Amino acid sequence: MNSTNRTVVVTGVGATTPLGGDASSTWEGLLAGRSGVGLLEQDWAAELPVRIAAGIAVDPATVIPRPQARKLDRSAQFALIAAREAWADAGFTAKAGEDGSVDPDRLGAVVASGIGGVTTLLDQYDVLREKGVRKVSPHTVPMLMPNGPAANVGLEVGARAGVHTPVSACASGAEAIGYAIEMIRTGRADVVVAGGTEAAIHPLPIAAFGNMMAMSKNNDDPQGASRPYDVDRNGFVLGEGAGVVVLESAEHAARRGARVYAEAVGQGISADAHHITQPEPSGNGIAHALQNLLDSSDLKPAEIAHINAHATSTPQGDVAEIKALRKVFGHDVDHMALSATKSMTGHLLGGAGGVETVASVLALYHRTAPPTINIENLDPEADADVVRDKPRALPEGTIAALNDSFGFGGHNVVLAFRTV
Amino acid sequence: MAATQEEILEGLAEIVNEIAGIPTEDVLLDKSFTDDLDVDSLSMVEVVVAAEERFDVKIPDDDVKNLKTVGDAVDYILKHQG
Repeated sequence: MNSTNRTVVVTGVGATTPLGGDASSTWEGLLAGRSGVGLLEQDWAAELPVRIAAGIAVDPATVIPRPQARKLDRSAQFALIAAREAWADAGFTAKAGEDGSVDPDRLGAVVASGIGGVTTLLDQYDVLREKGVRKVSPHTVPMLMPNGPAANVGLEVGARAGVHTPVSACASGAEAIGYAIEMIRTGRADVVVAGGTEAAIHPLPIAAFGNMMAMSKNNDDPQGASRPYDVDRNGFVLGEGAGVVVLESAEHAARRGARVYAEAVGQGISADAHHITQPEPSGNGIAHALQNLLDSSDLKPAEIAHINAHATSTPQGDVAEIKALRKVFGHDVDHMALSATKSMTGHLLGGAGGVETVASVLALYHRTAPPTINIENLDPEADADVVRDKPRALPEGTIAALNDSFGFGGHNVVLAFRTV
Repeated sequence: MAATQEEILEGLAEIVNEIAGIPTEDVLLDKSFTDDLDVDSLSMVEVVVAAEERFDVKIPDDDVKNLKTVGDAVDYILKHQG
């Protein structure tokens, strides 16, 4: 296992999102242009300036039995649901080591979230204040620690090659998948379960993001609130859920006859060093990540047929990303079908890179780019071929897709996948 | 009024069912919390806190490690209940 440049492929996908309880229903929701955003009906939402969010479509309580669920933060429940689906979808029928399909010492798990077990932390603080010290759950620490989802996924599949949680705000899910690609490419593992998860629909994060003026306050039109590239976009809509993929060395996948969705070509990473939350407006930081992707892989701009954009529906961010694409790819951007799936799922923060990787991989596999909804008046600065309202067929032949994810702190992560 | 051995067993069975999902009829005096009832050391703390509330008893952390079986817990509560 000394090879340091092995080919990595995607062999399984799983998701639980505001559009559906698994990857296929999520994909159908994306193609149908369905919004997962709704009004928050909880009592606590009444006082908030933002009363909309994209809540999960299938309550995890209907999937994970209560004795197990009560030891898992909601973000870990989402991760586990998505990971189980991806694991089964990749053709694994048992935990590693229980059959011969994968050596547990060669199996990893890399699952990230942007915020971690925030609802556990806040709920247990309420318990502490209202019911006293003795009532604080002994499961609080493993539930709130940011590596909890990764650790639980690792336990579920029996991963012993390493379990990791890179944290980079809204780029966390993508960074996790990038880390997993490297684990396999450099020979540390043969199979890695990787993705992102988030469960932060709670008054505190909503109040905090709201006070940053980062969120849309279109409470009277929840389904139209997330509107990337529209001239009237005014912030993101918070979503929750998880997306997980199974990554595998091409040799390992071939040896067990696994179905391959796409090749995971590589990643480009950079940091803005500009501002703690504002994107670098010229797109230079993002451009640096895109250039790093080209320099560190055999990807050709001419192959890129689709981009699942970061595009969260903020006035500055959506345009900075397109400026960066133009800087690096020039006229080649004209043949890249650009989709902002956050127009339907909302912004899953650390879960976004996971769910959008699932969407990017399925877009290549089905050769269909999902639409961007809610664009009434396209921003003239959105100088790209935005897929609007309806899905679009992608060309035949070898094509590639990018998944862009950027996070508070100036983190830029671009992942690339290619048809096989 | 102090609970009987039977009432304590019934109460513990309901607590273990709530926390670990084990059917109440499987929670018997000779069962080990860890080995038979899927109650690990963290969940045992939850069982203890719930039992303290239900049976008006204090079970200090140092005593919890001696409660290996359901019977151990029943005896402890019988002896120490308020």
